[in-house]
Amino acid sequence: MIMAASATIAAEGGGFPAPGPGIFDLPPVFEIAGIGVTKPMLQLVLAAALVFGFLYVAARQRAMVPGKLQFAGEGAYGFVRNSVARDIIGSHDFQRFVPYLVAMFFFILVNNLFASIPFIQFPTFSRASMAYALAGLSWIIYNAVGIWKHGFLGYLKLQSVPSGVSPAMYPLLVPLEFFSNILVRPVTLALRLFANMFAGHILLVLFATGGLYLVEHVGGIGYVAGPLAWILAVAVAFLEILVQVLQAYVFVLLNAMYIQGALADEH
Amino acid sequence: MKSLFVILAAEEGHEPSPLAVEWIEVVLALVVFGLLFLAIWKLVAPNFEKTFSERTAAIEGGLAAAETKQAEADAKLAELEAQLADARHEAARIREEAREQGAAIIAEMREQAQAEAGRIVEHGKAQIEAERQQAVTSLRAEVGSLATSLAGRIVGESLDDDARQGRVVERFLAELETGTPGAN
Repeated sequence: MIMAASATIAAEGGGFPAPGPGIFDLPPVFEIAGIGVTKPMLQLVLAAALVFGFLYVAARQRAMVPGKLQFAGEGAYGFVRNSVARDIIGSHDFQRFVPYLVAMFFFILVNNLFASIPFIQFPTFSRASMAYALAGLSWIIYNAVGIWKHGFLGYLKLQSVPSGVSPAMYPLLVPLEFFSNILVRPVTLALRLFANMFAGHILLVLFATGGLYLVEHVGGIGYVAGPLAWILAVAVAFLEILVQVLQAYVFVLLNAMYIQGALADEH
Repeated sequence: MKSLFVILAAEEGHEPSPLAVEWIEVVLALVVFGLLFLAIWKLVAPNFEKTFSERTAAIEGGLAAAETKQAEADAKLAELEAQLADARHEAARIREEAREQGAAIIAEMREQAQAEAGRIVEHGKAQIEAERQQAVTSLRAEVGSLATSLAGRIVGESLDDDARQGRVVERFLAELETGTPGAN
């Protein structure tokens, strides 16, 4: 089989076919009503089920002295509740946003970690559209919160007109503030998440397939360089786990900060 | 099963933009996240929040109860100490009183005993005096008659005349008392 593949590549005259964006276009696993259901779609559902299942079972016991599962659930929920929601939004308003932020954090976290879980090994949010969806939702929520609190014009003024600046600077600063607070935020949210997952996965595939190519097709020094690439792939995989957790945290942290900014009286 | 490189090589052909919007994925992500949010909002968060607040209440209740107990114990201790001090005071007072009473009783007893002794002595003296008086009287009579009879015998003359006899005896006795005997 491998020999056949090598023969194909050799026949086509190409060298090492570096993994490109194409590796993220997975064929449908099966079809429902003419819509192809792909692996990342299934991962979305699986992640939601895992997050809900874990938190629901952990929350249900409600013991004063928690068992291991409840303790883990409380730690997970309490982490987002206290060190993200309460610390950033403030103890007055944070309670309403806790379910949203908890759902967001663990949904993204599990989907990101899928990239490092054997037999799944695909980051859901390397599909840009899925990152767009969550970033768009974040945009709608923080703007809605701001408009609900300050009214439409009041909110526009809050986000666009910086306080403590002489009005002479307004022509320069107001468009800039509006641009950065209203227009850029969803784009950066989506791209940050998507690009990290995308790049991490492509890097892993590059090291893994590159190592394979070195061993199979280069020979000689390839027998040394190939395994070396695999060792590096393992190191990169650990780095990726860090990135996956960090990106989930950053996404939720920024969400909380945007909500806080929209609720603030002065900014 | 195709080899990995065949897949990779095959995909060289069409390069889809990784940034393209796939609406079906957008909608699916929103729906799945929305359902997850609803489930956490309705089924998870209330349980956790209830547990947290119950735990806080339990801890605060325990602390408050402990404080109450402590205050009660302090009050009890103060009360007992006050009682103890009272009791000590009372005991000292009673001891003092008893000492005073004892001293008074002893003094009274001593006084009584002295009075009694004085009375006894007085009584003895009076009795002795009376007996002496009686002895003197009887002695005087006896001595008078003896001396009379003796003198009558000696002078050989009866001294029947009472008056003269009395005068002689009186004189005799007076001489006896003044210590000049023999002048008869």
